[in-house]
Amino acid sequence: MLVAIFQNIINALQWGSFYALIALGYTLVYGVLTLINFAHGDIFMVGAYIAFFVATFFLTTVGVPGWVALALTIPLTMILTSMVGVALERVAYRPLRRKGANRLYVVITALMCGLILQNANLALLGASRKAFPSMITEHVYNVGGVIFTDLKIAVIVTTILSFFALQKIVTKTKVGMAMRAISYDKFAVPLMGVPIDNIIVVTFVLGSGMAGLAGILFAMSYPILDPYMGALIGWKAFIAAVVGGIGDIRGAFLGGFLLGAVEIMVVAFFPSTFRDLIAFTVLLVILAFRPTGLFGVAKTTKI
Amino acid sequence: MFRRYSIQLILVVGGGLLTYVAYEELLNLYTLSVLMFMGVNIILSTSLNLVNGNMGEFSCGHAGFMCVGAYVSSILGVWLFTKDKVFGAPILDPEWALYAFPFIILAGGVAAALAGLLVAIPSYKTRGDYLAIITIAANYIVISAIENIGSIGGSRGFMGMKKVVNAMGDVVDLPWMPIWVFIFTIFCVWIIRRYVSSTFGKGVNAICQDEVAAEIMSVNTNKIKTVTFMLSSGLAGIGGGLFAYIIGYVNPGSFNILKSTEVLVMVYLGGMASLSGAVLSAVIFTIMLEALRPLQIIKWVVIPLLLIIVMQFRPEGIMGNKELSDIFPWMKRFYRFK
Repeated sequence: MLVAIFQNIINALQWGSFYALIALGYTLVYGVLTLINFAHGDIFMVGAYIAFFVATFFLTTVGVPGWVALALTIPLTMILTSMVGVALERVAYRPLRRKGANRLYVVITALMCGLILQNANLALLGASRKAFPSMITEHVYNVGGVIFTDLKIAVIVTTILSFFALQKIVTKTKVGMAMRAISYDKFAVPLMGVPIDNIIVVTFVLGSGMAGLAGILFAMSYPILDPYMGALIGWKAFIAAVVGGIGDIRGAFLGGFLLGAVEIMVVAFFPSTFRDLIAFTVLLVILAFRPTGLFGVAKTTKI
Repeated sequence: MFRRYSIQLILVVGGGLLTYVAYEELLNLYTLSVLMFMGVNIILSTSLNLVNGNMGEFSCGHAGFMCVGAYVSSILGVWLFTKDKVFGAPILDPEWALYAFPFIILAGGVAAALAGLLVAIPSYKTRGDYLAIITIAANYIVISAIENIGSIGGSRGFMGMKKVVNAMGDVVDLPWMPIWVFIFTIFCVWIIRRYVSSTFGKGVNAICQDEVAAEIMSVNTNKIKTVTFMLSSGLAGIGGGLFAYIIGYVNPGSFNILKSTEVLVMVYLGGMASLSGAVLSAVIFTIMLEALRPLQIIKWVVIPLLLIIVMQFRPEGIMGNKELSDIFPWMKRFYRFK
């Protein structure tokens, strides 16, 4: 019994790590721009594909050993993925923001960008699924009946580390201070000499970089890639971000792990087809009792 | 005299023409089905426009309610009028199918309206993007629940509605599906128009402008939210029921979040809170989907791209928040109702 509990906890932590990493990107962009970046799930998918191409390039064309390839793939993928995110911001969101369009039109544009990423991928690379090359050999450990691989532990540790790094950036650095300032008052901040567009680009770099990291880790853990993999995970990660209280990175982090835990627990005790049903019902109940999420602060409306 | 009733006249003539064309088979089945989907899309986009445009909430799970309506009305129809493996012999004589059909579709609408409570009740306290999540979650919950009910086919889907349609044709030999879609589309647009311009419906716009101020001005916001959400989802259920009977087959996968996205796009393409914009954009969107069909998979790259370009040059949608009669004031002479 205890063994099963520990096993499920490890599985839940690993599964929640992906949600947490993607939700961090959602919440960063939301916190600064109050824009639901619905293309974020697809940026995660693009990240996984970029990781696939980079890893295959290093492994087969250059022919370096696996751990070198991994060490090169991670930063390169994060950089390339964040370039995709910044490109979206430049091409689609910024002109709309300049025009002062209603927030919801930007959201629709984001949805459309996600669809373009998905289907352009499908049109360019075909519908066949890609198998991700294995760069390092996994070791399976068995501690008192609890079975885990080093990859699982690496995923969990990476997620926690990147959360703390992000938390540090947002709370301690100058850029982070500017980010929080923009989310507080979008009109006064440019008057203080803060280059608002640069800060937004940095936000997108950070968020998309996290999505790229999630893409690599996901592709290494479940080495099958298909163009629609980002859609469902993206929507669920958004839900996780909201349950945590969107705009707050601690909330996104905890919300991701919470959603992962709920899903794993449901699969452990019920047939796996009930996963979405029960997981979303739980989230609905949480939102019904805490309407602004776990960490969200209720905004007082001035009249 | 004729001028004042010209809209009613146009509708009657249009409906008659559609029936005649479908009866004589002047249009092929493909064109006819595109026209019918256009009707369903008009129902969906106008009903979502009621919540997203007029009330200013951001609901993105409209397909979930459509799913409820589709399943309830198709199960009712199959259970009552056809011989089915699951439900056995027909309960009623298939001759009654024609008369009962509108009630079956309306029953689907009522069921969807009750499902709308799933969103309406949390909306008392929850607002903005948190409410958006509740709608997405409601969509997932509905689909997932239906996938887990094995007796109605689960994720394999449910079929047999074509027999009901054929039974209607056996009673009176007319193309019944185009007629019903036409009637229900007009009904939906009419009911939304009446609702929004009624005294009670003014509160919907008041909530959009400022919820707190509306409440202070003695608008019962909770009541209005409940009624509006239920009306919107009920109409979506009607649209779903018609959709099921047009295709003759439903499965939960076709009502997923992508379908909701499609409806959202229609609303925002038309312009928020513009009824004629929603109708217009549903027509344009359906035609665009069919016209670009030869492109196959690239279609879904081209359509979003076109929409992004539209958003860049006209961020408020086709109509903004104006009606057609605001842009062409002479149109107001041709109808009497508000």
